[in-house]
Amino acid sequence: MRRYPILATVALTVAVAAGSAFAAPRTDVVLCMSLEPPVLDPTAGAAQAIREVTYANVFEGLVGLDRHGRIVPRLAEAWDTSEDGLAVTFHLRDRVAFHDGTPLVAEDVKFSFERALAPDSKNAQKWIFTPIAGIETPDARTVKITLKHPTANFLYGLAWGDAVIVSRGSAATNATKPVGTGPYRFADWVRGDRLTLEATGSWWGGATAIGRATFRFINDPAAQVAAIRAGDCDGLTNLAAQETAEELGRDPKLKVVVGRTEGETIVAMNNARKPLDDVRVRRALAMAIDRDAVNLAVLSGTGTPIGSHFSPNHPAYIDLTAVDAHDPEKAKALLEEAGVKDLKLTLKVPPPAYARRSAEIVAAEMAEIGVEVKILPIEFPQWLEQVFRGKDYDLTIISHTEPLDIGIYARPDYYFGYDNPGFRELMATIEATSDEAARNRLYGSAQKMLAQDAVNIFLFVLPKITVTRAGLDGMWADWPLPANPLSELAWK
Amino acid sequence: MAGPWVGRFVELVATLLGAATVIFVVTEILPGDPAAVILGVSATPETLAALHRDLGLDRPAVWRFVSWLGAFLTGDLGESHTYRVAVGALVGERLGVTLALAIGAIVLSTAIGLPLGLAAAGRAGGLLDTAVMILVEIGLAVPSFWIGILFVLLFSVTLGWLPAGGFPGWGGGVGPALAALVLPAVALALPQAAIIARVTRGAALEVLSSDFVRAARAKGLDRGAVMRRHVARNALVPVVTILGLQFSSLVAGAILVENVFALPGLGRLLYQAIAAHDLVVVRSVVTLFAGFVVVVNFAVDLAYCLIDPRIGRGGV
Repeated sequence: MRRYPILATVALTVAVAAGSAFAAPRTDVVLCMSLEPPVLDPTAGAAQAIREVTYANVFEGLVGLDRHGRIVPRLAEAWDTSEDGLAVTFHLRDRVAFHDGTPLVAEDVKFSFERALAPDSKNAQKWIFTPIAGIETPDARTVKITLKHPTANFLYGLAWGDAVIVSRGSAATNATKPVGTGPYRFADWVRGDRLTLEATGSWWGGATAIGRATFRFINDPAAQVAAIRAGDCDGLTNLAAQETAEELGRDPKLKVVVGRTEGETIVAMNNARKPLDDVRVRRALAMAIDRDAVNLAVLSGTGTPIGSHFSPNHPAYIDLTAVDAHDPEKAKALLEEAGVKDLKLTLKVPPPAYARRSAEIVAAEMAEIGVEVKILPIEFPQWLEQVFRGKDYDLTIISHTEPLDIGIYARPDYYFGYDNPGFRELMATIEATSDEAARNRLYGSAQKMLAQDAVNIFLFVLPKITVTRAGLDGMWADWPLPANPLSELAWK
Repeated sequence: MAGPWVGRFVELVATLLGAATVIFVVTEILPGDPAAVILGVSATPETLAALHRDLGLDRPAVWRFVSWLGAFLTGDLGESHTYRVAVGALVGERLGVTLALAIGAIVLSTAIGLPLGLAAAGRAGGLLDTAVMILVEIGLAVPSFWIGILFVLLFSVTLGWLPAGGFPGWGGGVGPALAALVLPAVALALPQAAIIARVTRGAALEVLSSDFVRAARAKGLDRGAVMRRHVARNALVPVVTILGLQFSSLVAGAILVENVFALPGLGRLLYQAIAAHDLVVVRSVVTLFAGFVVVVNFAVDLAYCLIDPRIGRGGV
């Protein structure tokens, strides 16, 4: 019995010695996220979770987006665009290899893009590649891409996860055994629970502070909070229980950063259906909604209210929340002017919490201007089938999470039913405008056009709430696209 | 002797075939397209068509049904649309959790329900009987997923004794894995224990009032011996029937409980597959569940003979 204090003393001494003399920062990290990726190939599925795990970790494109949404070189160390904007020549980095040892050559780029363009392509963002007229590989480190027409956002598209470079030998099996060029290689996946990546040690970008990273999948918002509190997670990539953000922020062991995603959350209106084809009715419905109240109730105020379909992260953003601001009296008058009485609408709501919660408030606020809204919860596959493809709906709530997606309003067959030749023309002009300042001005006009036409009710941009242990640095504050680049993380 | 069993076996196969057909038809008419779920809102019609070809969704429904069923019978459960791996492998990974959960719940519910029911019957109308019956009513009224949520609040959040959810995997040792299963198994077992207690009590009361029990008592056997040797065994037949039926409610309950506790079991796999419209997984897992239930019912019929040989001889 008497030995125990001695043992304890020895143990304590060792611990203190270890703590002081050999204090090396941790090299492992456990990041927790809500959804598990179904597969790990970003070129064969749209799921955000695929990108969260693999983007800039396992897979890389010619170019990438940095944490501020700027286009940066990745596998291409430089590129030049021809005078007429119809050819882009990429110069690949030297001595880059895939995780299986195959060296990266220009042929791989050609293979990856032609695979995405092929008739049997399963790429979820084929539009990125459709402007391509031809791909030439004059030597192993040069790729010359010619375009059918000037495409201002071509490089931006190439920065997406859908445009990463894959190897011919492993492309078919990337879904379950991803092989890329990134700083981390796939190590292990316990489906339903966790996935592990480990540093290759031979990345072109140099050494990384994190040697081993585990992604854990915790879907339940309360369980996420419990896990970060208990130290089971070193970081939450995006806190699902927004209402706990403030409280977690008061914990000195944790760091909470409220940033933004690109998820424009809207109450979409079926513009093709009577009486929603009347702009006065749409404006009236927009005026019924108090965005700040919705933001507060649904996201505890962590969202960013928007007045058009555009992300506040983008330099071209203009604040249009004053257009059709909350005004129930004016809304009623507009409905009367449009000759609409006893309006009854159905609101189809997919499962995400932001949608279900917003639906209750939207319905209550519309009731105040005399519009009866029936809430109809549906599953996501049914949402895609009935609302998105079948256009069988009056109202729906959904977040459009893809970056810079204002172009969807130029598609007359899109589920909004918004058919405006003026807007289509404007979008075509933007695509052909290579000067950035001029393009941003045009984006401003486009935002205004959508706000004035009250195509949809623009609610807010979904937040990215990053919670980390106080000692962990380098997580992205915003999500210009969903990504958690591990090479930027380090323990203090 | 063999005749009735052949008949039962043919019945079993017919039931399974019928279940498989219903499952296929129901999932077929569900609105939704797995390819649209995978590719999201920007996919071109051409890309969707390519994925349809890849997944075999461009084939006629009858062709898909026959090839699915044929493969299923040879043990090939197909490839998951979303995960792109064999459903058999997915099921294998998750079967351990669900089986451990179901077996744990059956053992627990029997261990709680059977003695309680017998004890209550032994003192029918007494204080213990009343107390047991009140507990039974509560147990019947409360669904297991709700008990699960209460357990998490009490034992994980407030007391911090057990994990709130998740599963460390069998690789990390049996201890932590079992610790993760305790709360869900108890949550799943309690309503079932209530049913068992109630059925046992009723059956035991009936047996207690029969002539042979009176005769045994008249011979001078004490109450305890009569309970153990005569009443318990005769009361088991209805209890085993209930246990068989319970297996199906356990499977259904496991879907909810596994979601409350975030356990990577078959129930959670099924739930996620429904959300992703992964028809291959939904069909194969539901058919497996149906198969379990049918086979367990078959086993229950067999068990009758062991408990009460009169049934096998056609004597009852």
